[in-house]
Formats: sequence, structure tokens, C-alpha cells
Amino acid sequence: MVGHSPPPFFKRGPAPLAKLVFFLVLSLALLVSDLKLRYLDAFRQGLSVLAYPLQMAAATPADFVRNASDYFASLVRLQIENKELKRKQLQGGERLLRLEQLEQENRHLRSLLEARERQPVKSTVAEIMYTAKDPFSRKVILDKGAQAGIEAGQAVVDDAGVVGQITRVFPMQSELTLLTDKDQAIPVMVVRSGLRAVLFGSGDGLMELRYLAANADVQPGDKVVTSGLDGVFLAGLPVATVARVERDQAQTFARIPCLPAAGVERFTHVLVLGHRESLPARPPEVEPVVSKLKGRKARPAKE
Amino acid sequence: MQPTNRSRRILLPVKMWFVYTTLFTALFLNYIPTGHLPAVPDFVALVLAFWCVREPLKIGIGAGFVFGLLTDIGVGAALGQHAFAYVLVAYAANELSRRVLWFTPVEQALHVLPLLFLSQVVMVIVRLLAGAEFPGWWMFFGSFVAAVLWIPLHYVLLLPQYQPMDRDDNRPI
Repeated sequence: MVGHSPPPFFKRGPAPLAKLVFFLVLSLALLVSDLKLRYLDAFRQGLSVLAYPLQMAAATPADFVRNASDYFASLVRLQIENKELKRKQLQGGERLLRLEQLEQENRHLRSLLEARERQPVKSTVAEIMYTAKDPFSRKVILDKGAQAGIEAGQAVVDDAGVVGQITRVFPMQSELTLLTDKDQAIPVMVVRSGLRAVLFGSGDGLMELRYLAANADVQPGDKVVTSGLDGVFLAGLPVATVARVERDQAQTFARIPCLPAAGVERFTHVLVLGHRESLPARPPEVEPVVSKLKGRKARPAKE
Repeated sequence: MQPTNRSRRILLPVKMWFVYTTLFTALFLNYIPTGHLPAVPDFVALVLAFWCVREPLKIGIGAGFVFGLLTDIGVGAALGQHAFAYVLVAYAANELSRRVLWFTPVEQALHVLPLLFLSQVVMVIVRLLAGAEFPGWWMFFGSFVAAVLWIPLHYVLLLPQYQPMDRDDNRPI
């Protein structure tokens, strides 16, 4: 009997420590493949179908609270809101009339210049159901998903400007990442100076114009609009206003915090814009010449 | 089971369907969209810790992993973030169960608090390493609220096991 261990009294399967290590490694692998490699979207969608009924049931109390507060909203407040909306619509109507005329003119001029015509985009109105609970990011859940034709990567705007971008699409819902989410980026242009830059969310409800030289032509109060260089956002949508400009001689780049133009963290209805027309094909490259020149060109650049 | 703790009452054996029902109820509570409200306790971690302490032979790391994944899906977190934390909670609660059960509910809550706190710290570290923003210190308040909830939970979740199997009106006790 020497060398034989007694049978275990309580059957527990594999040793707890082995199980712990196995599951820790498994969840780490999941984390890496989700955060860094983004392999797991199909897996997530599959699981989300399972979780959907429970999610919907859980969202009901929040819905109820919101609807109840709407219901008891005072008459006076609604009247004020109504007046405000009417005023806005009148203003908007006047601008729309002009816009129509301008678009007509634009089309005409473009055809004269033989430039590519801008295509109108199809858009979908969606309602924000709730803020995602994950405290590490700024995301909201919309009530329209793949069934309403929404795709990942679409731009989302409200009446004042760009709100964010669709990052995940489920069958009945979609996840909208707000512009203020950390490291959510959008290519922009400063209206006054025509300077192109990239605007990043900085995480605290603000955004930041990064990689602009310390002497860049930016002033507090400048309007920042989309430049449309990414092929996702239409050009000219308002994004933010420059809050202040901190120029530090020790730094290469200026620090430029911006305030979002749209009510990025406090809206209920948004417009999901359809995909823009595809970018023009790249000009054909002359392969052999480029590869030959590459080696020679790279060296002087380094010196 | 033999009475391994100070409770003088011999409890009925636990029913596994009840364990899973309470876990799913906790999942439901976690799914309620409270947005970025601070100090919302993590119900699944709490209930999981409870059952891992009470029934270390029946529930443990595997359940922690599965419910962690379900939580990740529901709250829009990174896949594996809650799973990682819950696996740690389940393991530690299983290991601690022989010690914790000797204490009164209030003292048990004090044992569980560091567990829940640690699970939050682990999640913060994982997400910060991946480049997320720091959500603020208020988030950690949730585990203190959860530890306070342990005391009522201790009675609520054991209620079915307190029921006598057949009621005898003539019994003296």
C-alpha cells in the first residue's frame, strides 16, 4: 500500500488551484483577444442574444422611472420647451430654404468643375435607451440595431453636432461610443484657420486637439468641424469649440482642450448617418520605381 | 451536512436550483442600467461569494467564470473582465469558507469586504493596463455597500433551508 494515497473523502474534481489557474488564464486570453485583437465580436453577439431578454427586463424599471418623470413634467415646462422648439424650427426652416438653394448651386458648380458629386446620405433616427454600466468607458446603447440596417462605424449626430460613432451592433440594439470616450478620435478642421487636426476624447467629458504645434493658429472660441478625411464622417459637421489653448515652451505640442458642440452626454434622440460614399480609388502606384527609390530616400531623411 | 459552524441549527441541504435562481436574480440586478451612478454594489459578486462560502463543494470557480462572462456581456465591459475578477472571488471564498462560517454575520461581512474590494481593484488594474480612463474613487464605494448587504442576505438566502421538512405542531421546540 506504500505509495498509494487514500481515496478522497469529498469529490471535488481537479485541485482548486489548478482550476483557478486554468480559468484565470482563460479569462486573460479572452481579455487580450477582446481588447487588443477584437476577435470576439461574433462570440459576444452570440452571448448577447442569450442575455437580451434579461437585459430588456432589467431596463424596464429604468424606462418606467424615466417615463414617470416625463409624465409628471409640469405644463409650464412643456410650454416653454414647445415655444423653444417652434422658434428653433422656424430658424432651421429659413436655413433649410437657403440650404436647398445653396445645394442646387453647389451641384451646378461641381458639375461645371467636373468634380465628383456629393451623395446625400441615408439616416436613421434612434433613441438612446441607457448609458452602458461599464465605468471605464463612455458608451450608450441605442434602440436600433442590425435589423434597422445599422452598421459598425457609422457616425451619429444630434441637432447640434457630432455625438460619436457606432462601435458594436447587436440584432436589436447598438452601442454608441461617445466622442468624449478616452482615445476616441475624429479628424477635424479648425474653421477659422482651416487647420486640420485630430480630436481625441480625453475622458473627463472634454476633448483635446492633439499633435498641433505650439505655435499653431488656434484661439479659444474657435469652432472645430469634421474634415471628412476619414471617409466616415461628412465634412463640415460641428464637433467642438476650443475652450483654451495652453502653449508650453517645454512641450512640442500645444495642449488644447475643447468643449463638445453636441449635447454629448445629455440627449435622448440621435441621428445615425449612413455610410458616406466610398473614397476615390488611390492613384495607381508605379511599383518598381517606388521600391527602388525607397532605400535611397530613407537614408537622407534619417541624417 | 454536518454542522461545521457556530449556528446551532442543522440546516436542510441546499437546493441547487435555488442557488442558480438567486445568481440569475443578482445578474438581473446587475443588468439594471444605473449608468455611472457611484456606489452601486456588484450583486453577482456578492451572491457568488455567499454561495462559495456556504457551499464550497457545490459551487465555485466554474460558476464564477460563467456568470462573469454574462455580466461582461450585459454591462458592455471588456469580455473576460468580470470573469477574471469573479474567478478570484470564487476561489478565495471557497478557501475561506471553513474559517468564515464560524463567525457571526457582521464578522462574516468584514471577511467578505476585502474580497469584493480586491475584485474591483483587479478590474481597475486590468482596464487601466488596456488604456481605459480611471473611473474615480467613488466606484470602490460599491464594495462597502455590498458588504453591508451581506447581513440581510445571510438571512434571506438561507430562508429555504430553515423551513422544516414536515411540520409537526406537537413538537415542543
